[in-house]
Amino acid sequence: MTTATDMNADSYVTADGRTIGGVVMDLKNITLRFGGVVAIKDISFDIREGEIRAIIGPNGAGKSSMLNVISGFYKPQEGEVWFRGAKRPPMKPYQVARQGLARTFQNIALFDGMTVLDNIMTGRLNHMKANIFQQAIWKGKAEREELENREICEKVIDFLEIQHIRKTPVGRLPYGLKKRVELARALAAQPSLLLLDEPMAGMNVEEKEDMSRFILDMNDEFGTTIALIEHDMGVVMDLSDRVVVMDYGKKIGDGTPDEVRNNQDVIDAYLGVAHD
Amino acid sequence: MSQELAAAGDFASIPALLARNVKTYGNRPAYREKEFGIWQSWTWAEAAEEIEKLALGLLALGIDRGDHVAIIGRNRPAHYWAMVAAQKVGAVPVPLYQDAVVEEMEYVLEHCGARFVVCGDQEQVDKVIEVQEKIHHIEHVVYYDKRGLRKYDHSHLHWYHDIQEEGHAAHSRLQGEMAAREAELDYDSTCVMLYTSGTTGRPKGVVLSNRNIIESAKNSSEFDNLGVNEDILAYLPMAWVGDFIFSLGQAMWCGFCVNCPESAETMMTDLREIGPTYYFAPPRVFETQLTNVMIRMEDSGDLKYALFHHFMDFAKKGAGEKYGMPRRKVTTQKKTLEQKIRHGFRYAMGIGFAAETIVENVIRLGFAKLRYGKDVRKHFKAKDPIGLKLYRGNAHDYFKYRLGDVLVYGPLKDTLGFGRIRVGYTAGEAIGPEIFEFYRSMGINLKQLYGQTEATVFITVQPDGEVRNDTVGVPAPGVEIKLSDTGEIFYRSPGTFVEYYNNPESTADTKDPEGWVATGDAGFFDKQNGHLRIIDRAKDVGKMADGRLFAPKYVENKLKFYPDILEAVVFGNERNMCTAFINIDLTAVGNWAERNNVAYASYQELAGHPKVLETIQEHVETVNKSVAEDEMLSGCQIHRFLVLHKELDADDGEMTRTRKVRRKIVEEKYAPLIDALYGGKSEQFIETEVTYEDGRKGSIKATLEIRDAAVVGKKQEMAAE
Repeated sequence: MTTATDMNADSYVTADGRTIGGVVMDLKNITLRFGGVVAIKDISFDIREGEIRAIIGPNGAGKSSMLNVISGFYKPQEGEVWFRGAKRPPMKPYQVARQGLARTFQNIALFDGMTVLDNIMTGRLNHMKANIFQQAIWKGKAEREELENREICEKVIDFLEIQHIRKTPVGRLPYGLKKRVELARALAAQPSLLLLDEPMAGMNVEEKEDMSRFILDMNDEFGTTIALIEHDMGVVMDLSDRVVVMDYGKKIGDGTPDEVRNNQDVIDAYLGVAHD
Repeated sequence: MSQELAAAGDFASIPALLARNVKTYGNRPAYREKEFGIWQSWTWAEAAEEIEKLALGLLALGIDRGDHVAIIGRNRPAHYWAMVAAQKVGAVPVPLYQDAVVEEMEYVLEHCGARFVVCGDQEQVDKVIEVQEKIHHIEHVVYYDKRGLRKYDHSHLHWYHDIQEEGHAAHSRLQGEMAAREAELDYDSTCVMLYTSGTTGRPKGVVLSNRNIIESAKNSSEFDNLGVNEDILAYLPMAWVGDFIFSLGQAMWCGFCVNCPESAETMMTDLREIGPTYYFAPPRVFETQLTNVMIRMEDSGDLKYALFHHFMDFAKKGAGEKYGMPRRKVTTQKKTLEQKIRHGFRYAMGIGFAAETIVENVIRLGFAKLRYGKDVRKHFKAKDPIGLKLYRGNAHDYFKYRLGDVLVYGPLKDTLGFGRIRVGYTAGEAIGPEIFEFYRSMGINLKQLYGQTEATVFITVQPDGEVRNDTVGVPAPGVEIKLSDTGEIFYRSPGTFVEYYNNPESTADTKDPEGWVATGDAGFFDKQNGHLRIIDRAKDVGKMADGRLFAPKYVENKLKFYPDILEAVVFGNERNMCTAFINIDLTAVGNWAERNNVAYASYQELAGHPKVLETIQEHVETVNKSVAEDEMLSGCQIHRFLVLHKELDADDGEMTRTRKVRRKIVEEKYAPLIDALYGGKSEQFIETEVTYEDGRKGSIKATLEIRDAAVVGKKQEMAAE
């Protein structure tokens, strides 16, 4: 039987009829230490093609560290990261980006003085090959590249409905829109795996609804695999196909939203049972 | 009828006009839409091709003659094309308000019995699917924006481009049928059905024929000299008759280009990029823009601030009206060689004249130096430091206005997106005089019109050069107007609607057999210039004891125009004089009190303050003066008034939730005050029950001072009564 619970099968079908493919990223026995502090303790899970994978957990559970391990920013002391069937060696961030990973940040990391459009264009940097001299001469390769990349950015702008702020400096935007611009920049890189670090933190209900719709549409339209960290339980349970629950650096639950919801360890972690 | 047909040529329908435009203006832009950050454009030929493909596609889906095709979406070329495509196959387009909630949409879709619906995006499709569960006659839903709709059941749902593809594939099979249906269209066949907004009861479907649309478009285009070179921005709801006339009727008739904004939020940016030459906006839009300008000027540097105010004050004194108005017609045809030489010569003469003037002035200055002593020259220099007063009178004003145009008006107009406007209209409600004056003095030919859906927009319009703030202009070309005894306005025109769809009673109520349509508004013609002036809804207009017209709203609006006055209720129906209750605006008057060290503890105390009463009295007397200027309404001057001790409130039932005064209830509740007003007392005690927001009741007691206000003219006569 191929259901969401059957983790070992190559693919499974979600409740709403999407077919989820094979494993894209496989994390095997990851342990991450900062000096004496153990941030992540022997965690294994995988992310499959086309799914929305959530990582949840109380504050300080090690979620963001986990995301940084996936993005290659932190190098775990133990364990292996397998990406598309190959073990990933330690890499520089730009190398990871070239492999098709993009991310957004918990605390928005945009260029405040630049316009929304320019910010999104930076998401295309990896795809621009013209060197500084060609850029200076402009005609020819540089112009052609700029046009191609601008077109992709404009499609993203249209997709995320931020046409009205295209020429506005990011510093002047409200928080919710900045989050959306950051998402746009990540999307402009046309990633195969998109990491979202608390995409809905500090948003009001309406903004959350918009953002949820964008995440679902993105997954639907471009088939982007998404891994996200989120605190809003309602959002996570509605959006994601599978959920990993972490607490104190350990994995305490993994499965569909329903399974996780009924997991005693998870309930304990969230309702705060005394740890001995 | 034959005459009208001759006037419109053989173009008895929108598709016929489209064919003409393809022939005459084939390569000129017909539609533009900003998409992906770029203005995408379609020529008339390209647009016609798109429309044909869609029409054939609809035919392939099995559309019948007379079917209603509902169109729901924001202003996009594709949606306009869907309307024309529907007409091409003998169906009737029914544009709907895209922001309508499901219940409203359900009523309209059920009422028109639409089998086909064209939607803009997922949001609209969702609403239609919800409606579909209750009413079952919707067979096919076509959507334009694919996003989010991938997973929907596509048995009755079609993508716009798929339909076009199907139509293209079935071209040879269905071409004949389409041509036959198109040829059947004549001047009397239905062009479009538009639903009224339904402020009074259920929305009604107004059926407009090709005659209505094409004649109205033709007449209004000729009235304003609109030509093929206009650019308009289509941003008003597509379900509104105005947008249909501007973006389809006039655009088809004149062959000008319709520009669609990228989204509702980018409207202002797009407006600036396009710089329309012909523009329509409700007063609210102009008001918001003016407020924005004023706020930004407050933040600007001293030089800019001074320049702005200096030149705006100058322009408002009449110079803008005199020198600023754009030329009536822009000729953009290519110049012949002769014209080029002539223009070149004129240009050279202009430069030569300017050079000569400068040289002359320098020489004069030299002579002046020889002739007058240093102190005399200093005196002149102090009076006119940079030689602005070199010219006197008109010439001076002209040059100063041109200078202002370079420094202030031009850049400001450009920022607002009004840089190229030749004709601008506002309608719907009264526009504040200072807003109107602001735009006109900058050289924007902003005019007012009065119209309604049933008349295909135009009833009266203001001709160039006869624009006034308080009138709505002269009857539009082809429109006849008569006034009933009660002052209600009736009109008859080629634009008069055919009928209300499936509603013969309402049709009979509104339109008499001779074709006169009741507007429900009361008004009168200004004696001096023959312009129509609207005073109120007809049912609110009464008569005074001596038979003169009583229009309370007209006076109340004038009073409410003062920021100090929040609300006013004027009495006088079937009485011998008018009196008024006035509510002060706590924010404005409180602000004034703070600045003038007037201490007060409550609304009641402030409302009864003698200084406040004095200010209000001044306002009332000024209003009286302006009311007296209208012979018809001079009886509505306010003889006595009082300032109420509490705000009229919806919780107490004195107002509706939309803040309209319930005259009857106020009259009953404050009967002692009204008796005192008419009984000549100078003060009156009153105790009123009030309802607090939590539902508890209490009462307020007060003794109110009643004041007499000076009235103009006929005072003796009134006193004698």
